[in-house]
Amino acid sequence: MNWRPNANLTQLQKRAELLAGIRRFFAANKALEVDTPALITGGCVDRHIESPQVSGGRYLHSSPELAMKRLLAAGSGDIYQLSHVFRANEQGRRHNSEFMLLEWYRCGYSTADLQQEISQLISSLAGLPWSELSAGSIEYVSYQQAFIQYCGLDPLSCSVADIKRRCESSAPDLDDDDRDGWLDWLGSQLVFPHLGWRENQMFQTYLVDFPASQAALARLSEDAAGNSVAARFELYIAGVELANGYHELSDVDEQRDRLGERAATENPEFLAALEHGLPDCCGVALGVDRLLMLLTGAGSIAEVMPFSFERV
Amino acid sequence: MATISTNDFRSGTKIMLDGEPCSIVENEFVKPGKGQAFSRVKYRQLRTGRVNEKTFKSGESVEAADVMEVELQYLYEDGEFWHFMDTTTFEQKAADKNAVADVKQWLKAEDNCTVTLYNGEPIGVTPPNFVTLAVSDTDPGLRGDTSSGGIKPATLETGAVVRVPLFIEIGDVLKIDTRTGEYSSRAKD
Repeated sequence: MNWRPNANLTQLQKRAELLAGIRRFFAANKALEVDTPALITGGCVDRHIESPQVSGGRYLHSSPELAMKRLLAAGSGDIYQLSHVFRANEQGRRHNSEFMLLEWYRCGYSTADLQQEISQLISSLAGLPWSELSAGSIEYVSYQQAFIQYCGLDPLSCSVADIKRRCESSAPDLDDDDRDGWLDWLGSQLVFPHLGWRENQMFQTYLVDFPASQAALARLSEDAAGNSVAARFELYIAGVELANGYHELSDVDEQRDRLGERAATENPEFLAALEHGLPDCCGVALGVDRLLMLLTGAGSIAEVMPFSFERV
Repeated sequence: MATISTNDFRSGTKIMLDGEPCSIVENEFVKPGKGQAFSRVKYRQLRTGRVNEKTFKSGESVEAADVMEVELQYLYEDGEFWHFMDTTTFEQKAADKNAVADVKQWLKAEDNCTVTLYNGEPIGVTPPNFVTLAVSDTDPGLRGDTSSGGIKPATLETGAVVRVPLFIEIGDVLKIDTRTGEYSSRAKD
């Protein structure tokens, strides 16, 4: 038993200043702060994320995405939210089952517009007097380019057998038809850790044009070569995955198909909101604790939290 | 058969891998945001001491290993087995040469050792961090002889050979660090 906080007082002060800095940024850039419920009726719609369930059958939300989209459909305009979110069994140096997400939506923005705003936010926060982060230049690399560069495989066309040949003996026991699982494995071993650095210089690397099979709630589009890709991006700084954004899918039929039967049944209000009409918008979710790790040079997420999951 | 989920892997958790009992050294959680979660595990094979890595899909379950660590007193060796005793129940356990391979030269009667039991049988022995052993043989050290760096070999009562300062003589009792196999000091009696 250890009753003391993980983060020291200085860390707590930095966290408070970071939150104040985020709110200042959005006040200046005209987005409305909203606060949607954490206890919701539907489980997580992402295949690999599990929402903890509480008594009474409700879930703790894994992100405020669906509720925020209902606000957008109801005419809220640009909105942002700072909320605690919950993901079962995610514990590690950069994972804590409960963490803080900054999520925001901009109507009429392209993903490029939104990426520019994310980088402006990060620059403004890296400008806090105690920040150890020099956010560096911005670069864009497609999922395909990144895999070709770091492991010599084209993720849009390679087979599972190709990936297996590239794996060392310690590869996990994944199904042969789980191609995305194998890409996740290869990426987390050989590709993603390299993103957000170049020759030891820190970069803001936007990984763009995800495979269409990993679109989640993003629209599909085409890359320059005409491949079908997702209008989804992730931001990496120093090998840390910091944010995930989409040009939001607004087509209700396609959305219903992607959710599958269970998630569609559990989230009728979300689908009804899309039916009513989601404005053309882009949205992004950014891990606040990871950003604080980068700003303070902390080695683990626990160091920047008042109480980590293990110490609650 | 008891199983254990990767979510409950901690450093020191004992699991069966490839039919061998293993102890987890490190478990790193790896997950691309929207993707499959993995547990990258570094583990030590308890019989061989070899450290390997393996990755699991997060949430996968593996067989737990029936491994216990107990404090037992070392008694004697009979040429084939090294015998240990639980000093409260007087129950005895016999360890074969594989189980004591790296440590038999530090085993001294009546010392308490940590014995690793797999399905009730010893597969590994950890002696105390420091043992005191008498010198059974060493050359007389000549004072002022610095050509060997002031160090000479000495054979101890268990057969272990350690490097000692020149002033050590036959019959001296030495404190040895069993983790490094190095001379620490003369034992104060």
